[in-house]
Amino acid sequence: MSSDFPTSAKVVVIGAGIVGNAVVGHLAELGWRDIVQIDKGPLPNPGGSTGHASNFIFPVDHNREMAMLNLDSQRQYAEMGVNNACGGIEVARTPERLEEFRRRMVSAKNWGIDARLVTPAEIKEMVPFINEEILLGGFYTPSVSVVDSLRAGTIFRERAQALNALQTFANVEVEDMIVEDGVIKAVVTDRGRIDAEYVVVACGVWSPRIAAMAGVEIPLTPAVHQMIDVGPIPILEASNTEVGYPIIRDMDTFCYERQSAGSMEVGSYAHRPIFMTADEIPSIKESKLSPTELPITMDDFDPQLEQALELMPDILATAEIKYAINGLLSLTPDGFPLIGEIPGVSNLWSCAAIWIKEGPGAARMLAEWMTHGQPEIDPHHSDISRFYPYARNDHHVRARCAEHFNKTYGIVHPREQWASERDIRTAPYKDRTDALGAYYFQAGGWERPHWYESNRPLVAKYGVEDRPHEWDARWWSPIINAEHIAMKETVGMVDLAPFVVYDITGPGAMAYLQGLTVNNVDVAIGKSVYTPVLDVNGGFRSDLTMMRLGTDFYRVITGAFDGPRDAFWFKKHLPADGSVRFEDKTSAFATIGLWGPKAREVMAKLTTSDVSNEAFPYGTTQEVLFGSLAVRLFRISYVGELGWEIYVPMENARAVWDLIAAAGQESGIVPVGAGVYGTTGRLEKGYRLMGAELDGEYTPVEAGLARPKVKSADFIGKAAYLAARDAVPAAVLCTLTVEDHVSPRDGIKRYMTGGETILTLDGNRIVDAKGRISTVTTAGSGPALGKFLLMAYLTPELAVVGADLLVNYMNESYPVKVAVAGPTPVFDPTDARMKA
Amino acid sequence: MSGEILVVVEHDRGVALDTSYQAFGLARTLLAAGVGSSITAVVIGADGDSLADEVGAHGAALALRVHHSELSDYAPEAWGDVVAELIVSRSPVAVVATGTDRGNEVLAHTSAIADLPFAANVIAVSAGDGLSLTRVRWGGSLLEQAHLDAAVFVLSAATHSFSAEPSGGGDAAIEVIEPALAATASRTRIVDRVTLAAGVTLTTAAVVVSGGRGVGSADGFAPLIELADLLSGAVGCSRVVTNNGWRPHSDQVGQTGKRIAPELYIACGISGAIQHWVGMMASKHVLAINTDNEANMVGKAEYAVIGDLHQILPAVSEEIRRRRATA
Amino acid sequence: MTELRILVCVKRVPAPGARITLTADRQSIDSKNLGFATSPHEECAVEGAIQLVEMHGGSATVLTLGAAEADEQLRYAVSVGINAAVHVTHAGLTDGTDFDAQATARALTSAIASLEAAGGAFDLILFGNESADSGGFQVGVRVARTLGRAIVNGIKHIEISDGVVTARRESAEGFEVYQLPLPAMLGVKEGLNLPRYPTLPGRLKSKKVEVLVVGADRANGGLTTFGFDNAAEVVVQTTMLGKGPEAAPAIVDLLEELGLL
Repeated sequence: MSSDFPTSAKVVVIGAGIVGNAVVGHLAELGWRDIVQIDKGPLPNPGGSTGHASNFIFPVDHNREMAMLNLDSQRQYAEMGVNNACGGIEVARTPERLEEFRRRMVSAKNWGIDARLVTPAEIKEMVPFINEEILLGGFYTPSVSVVDSLRAGTIFRERAQALNALQTFANVEVEDMIVEDGVIKAVVTDRGRIDAEYVVVACGVWSPRIAAMAGVEIPLTPAVHQMIDVGPIPILEASNTEVGYPIIRDMDTFCYERQSAGSMEVGSYAHRPIFMTADEIPSIKESKLSPTELPITMDDFDPQLEQALELMPDILATAEIKYAINGLLSLTPDGFPLIGEIPGVSNLWSCAAIWIKEGPGAARMLAEWMTHGQPEIDPHHSDISRFYPYARNDHHVRARCAEHFNKTYGIVHPREQWASERDIRTAPYKDRTDALGAYYFQAGGWERPHWYESNRPLVAKYGVEDRPHEWDARWWSPIINAEHIAMKETVGMVDLAPFVVYDITGPGAMAYLQGLTVNNVDVAIGKSVYTPVLDVNGGFRSDLTMMRLGTDFYRVITGAFDGPRDAFWFKKHLPADGSVRFEDKTSAFATIGLWGPKAREVMAKLTTSDVSNEAFPYGTTQEVLFGSLAVRLFRISYVGELGWEIYVPMENARAVWDLIAAAGQESGIVPVGAGVYGTTGRLEKGYRLMGAELDGEYTPVEAGLARPKVKSADFIGKAAYLAARDAVPAAVLCTLTVEDHVSPRDGIKRYMTGGETILTLDGNRIVDAKGRISTVTTAGSGPALGKFLLMAYLTPELAVVGADLLVNYMNESYPVKVAVAGPTPVFDPTDARMKA
Repeated sequence: MSGEILVVVEHDRGVALDTSYQAFGLARTLLAAGVGSSITAVVIGADGDSLADEVGAHGAALALRVHHSELSDYAPEAWGDVVAELIVSRSPVAVVATGTDRGNEVLAHTSAIADLPFAANVIAVSAGDGLSLTRVRWGGSLLEQAHLDAAVFVLSAATHSFSAEPSGGGDAAIEVIEPALAATASRTRIVDRVTLAAGVTLTTAAVVVSGGRGVGSADGFAPLIELADLLSGAVGCSRVVTNNGWRPHSDQVGQTGKRIAPELYIACGISGAIQHWVGMMASKHVLAINTDNEANMVGKAEYAVIGDLHQILPAVSEEIRRRRATA
Repeated sequence: MTELRILVCVKRVPAPGARITLTADRQSIDSKNLGFATSPHEECAVEGAIQLVEMHGGSATVLTLGAAEADEQLRYAVSVGINAAVHVTHAGLTDGTDFDAQATARALTSAIASLEAAGGAFDLILFGNESADSGGFQVGVRVARTLGRAIVNGIKHIEISDGVVTARRESAEGFEVYQLPLPAMLGVKEGLNLPRYPTLPGRLKSKKVEVLVVGADRANGGLTTFGFDNAAEVVVQTTMLGKGPEAAPAIVDLLEELGLL
């Protein structure tokens, strides 16, 4: 063993599983040198989750980011010669699953993955030992593969070593992490201290422990995934190869059957959630097999035995269970990886909660991010800074993971809501919204009314059509559309308590904000700015609104879903000289929206201040009194109507809610939920939403958010922004209308949920010059228009008003037409209503 | 406590094992702890008579030659009965043997008949109220602290825990005893002995030359086969090898293959995955040949050579042939 | 000969293979990461019984003395082919604890005597040579002596014919052969056979088997455990014999030293 253990390094990578190995490989390839990689276990299998992984990749995922990471990983494995494309069949035992497969067909087509629906007989042909009689059909992906993740890891290390970039030390345990002034400085190990400029935590289930040494959180939990190896099975032995038959995912039993040479590996996500903490994981010496291969708790697996026997009776009836484990893997509260710089300690990066299928892609994402400041694939879902403090602790992680573990193979609706960890952030007037029969969705941990049952009579009044298919109607109500119409007839009040509020103050505030934003923030006090915030590549990092409340005082308002990411970005760029102060005021203010043609009528009853258009023009803010209570009004609208956002101190919020409700009574005020605010109202106005239309892969030019002029001040992403303005955009964000909802298959009217593929009339995907695929970014009703609206980026030649296209929903095509190309609203294109 | 300590001298048809005299080490330790005042050796069967001349050097003042027509060869029940009879007839303070298969078996019988507790595999003792002792469990990885409360202490000495060297001392006095064995005592006795025929299998081979991914191909196993043949050993392999079809499944060592315990396991180009290790961890000695000195197998092996097995193995075979030719 | 009646006595032990961790008070083994298994010698005894029944007909019963959790080991035995299961238990037994050797032998003897009184004598009773955890090397012999039956330990091969069991025990040069008239008992060792693993249907069947639960009296013997210590750990110090083919003479030296040339 080498005695020359390093005392310093440019970057220390902790972990030598698939992730740590791929990280050192990619860092080296991107030019990093003086990389030191350590792992507490031996090589090539240090005993983490990689060592017992089933190693298969089903590339189709409904989520774009995950699909891209899967595909990138598969390409990398293939390039290394360790990707064995054996094919895979997801099989259905229920009609609901067959419907899900139709949805998967859309996702497959979207990402250009060859896939097809197969009949039970076709499954039998490919997998002769399957009992096709219990199956209704299957979803076959020929490119499903089994990879050799241990070998891939070795190759990654060897490549980095060949570049003289890497020293790897096995059997080295991290004992402490040294942080000074919020910056990582060193890793202390049982073989000595290594001073390091950067540290990457890539040690899977142990990552939380390492992060805790640095005083930060990597919110994941080690969780059990049960697996048994059954053999020997003659027909499999005869194939004389590691995997000769397609992998079967028995989706409705949450199990898989994967050939492993002469035996069959049966894995399950059906058992009760079994969690550990990083500190509870046994040491290598305490483990009979490895620290992440724990003794199986067989009782939990028994139901799956019966199901497996039912599926493959011929081969599983006589073979023996030779190996059975409670294998540990990493789960996160929302099921996505944890990649990026960890909030709280600069230069300390996480690459954790990553499975074999996305390992190399995730590592490339991290390496690009560390090298260039932004990865090629937008990291929105994987960004470790996405969690509010309440979501970073073990309690929350376990609650959510317990809920989604059994959904690993579940059918998850795009609008699906969590059942756990509810009622943890509530507005002070929640008793009022409760009384109105609010149906809550969760936003940034807040309970936010999505519609109000009290408005159900409006459904009949306005003759709102229901959605006949249960899937389309799930997590939706026709009341949303009725509330929309009512608001536009009279006035509505909207609970916006989840709004994220940051106060940026100090002598350097304006210059600091200029450096982060595309649009000029040097506006008069009392005015506001809506602006994109870009990353270094000129893609969207955020879009937000700020009010200038003083010479050195800005109030930034951003959405509930992106609060933590935005806070991370703002804090990361604060000047070191202390000239700017960042304060999170989210918990200090509730916000209530008041919008509709009668909003001014109501407002005039609430305050004695002059709220005429002249005295209080669009886009401005003033502090006024509602009786004795001071509130801040901001004349702005996300729903296209006249009105205000009313910012009120939390302790006054309930009183103010009552004041508004009372003042609005005569005008016929209705409570309006986020179904209108976030979807129908927004869509009709063509407003873009971060995480839907806006992300790191699209520019303000493409999104139609570029202003005629560019401010002189420099800002992050400016060079890329200027280049994008000079170029012909590769895509144009458009609003489309669905021309016919009737399903060609069963004659039922169908309503898209978002994420569907836009096709040309001859059924082809639309891929732009940057390789991006036209998909539906948001889908929803436009009740005032009587149309169902979709937003999607189209290539310039298709982004023509009146152009006819198709949308592929549930593997069927529906005709759509381009209603608007660019940012013009489809409803009230001149904004006359909200500027009245 | 004064009195006799009986030491059962283990032998096979008159030949004492290397370990047999370790029991005297335990007996002397008992004496030193104040348990007993003299050592009496028990040599069962006329075949063992000559051993009675040896035991004086190990501290025995007296040697009992136990003669009976049914005691011509090892017979566990009869041996146990003999010692139990001596407990009755001589009232010793303690009875000890070495904790071998036979030693433990005889004392188990003795203690069962005499209805005494029996502490197997003791490594340390101290006298007090009864006897405090330390014994090994779990094949030696765990030590148990225990208290023995008995009229006669029946103990076996964990092997290699007490000295088998002579302690100096004159010849022991010799007595011949003829016990009254029950008719059933000889029903468990050796009726035949078989010398193991040659014919090496993976599970019985003294040397296993085993290959992993580093072997590279089916043909790559040629030097492994050559070396195994030279050593009358067997060829084994890791899972990746059978998965690649380089060797048959019957050669696979590991969790889902065979579990073996040869004298020497030569792991060639095997990284040492846990699942493999489980299959060969009972090997007495392990030699790893690997290009990567960080490989798990290298770290866990007793011996290692770093380098390409395709160069090293032919050189080893050549060296063996050279030495045999010159021998 | 009529069909065989075989009894196998097994013990639930913390699964061997990993370093043993002790509880803070060193009064017991901390088994939270270990899982439990049938003591390895007894796993072979179970397999041996199944093979004998497969060959000669009859039935095999598994019996254990242990806490409620030992039910798992009984069912495991059934899952690989044992026909019936008997659980001898005592309220004072918690998982991971046991009776001392004398108390164990007394409880087992009494349970076996009742079983035999009810169903006739067992032709063959198999024990493990010693348990993996406490390693007392005596329970089988004590039971045999009390029942008045012949027993030989260390057995790695069993054949039955004409009312006689022929058993082999390893010796330095090969093996010793013993012949015992039935009914008899044997203490067997790992290596007797390669125990099978359960099949899926076997596992499912074992869930349904009715286990006969029998209460035991506890009559302690004279050896009392009062604590544990880990033995000093043997750290494997890898000896580097060299690099490349130049290491060949060193390797052959090693072969010579081990007497393998």
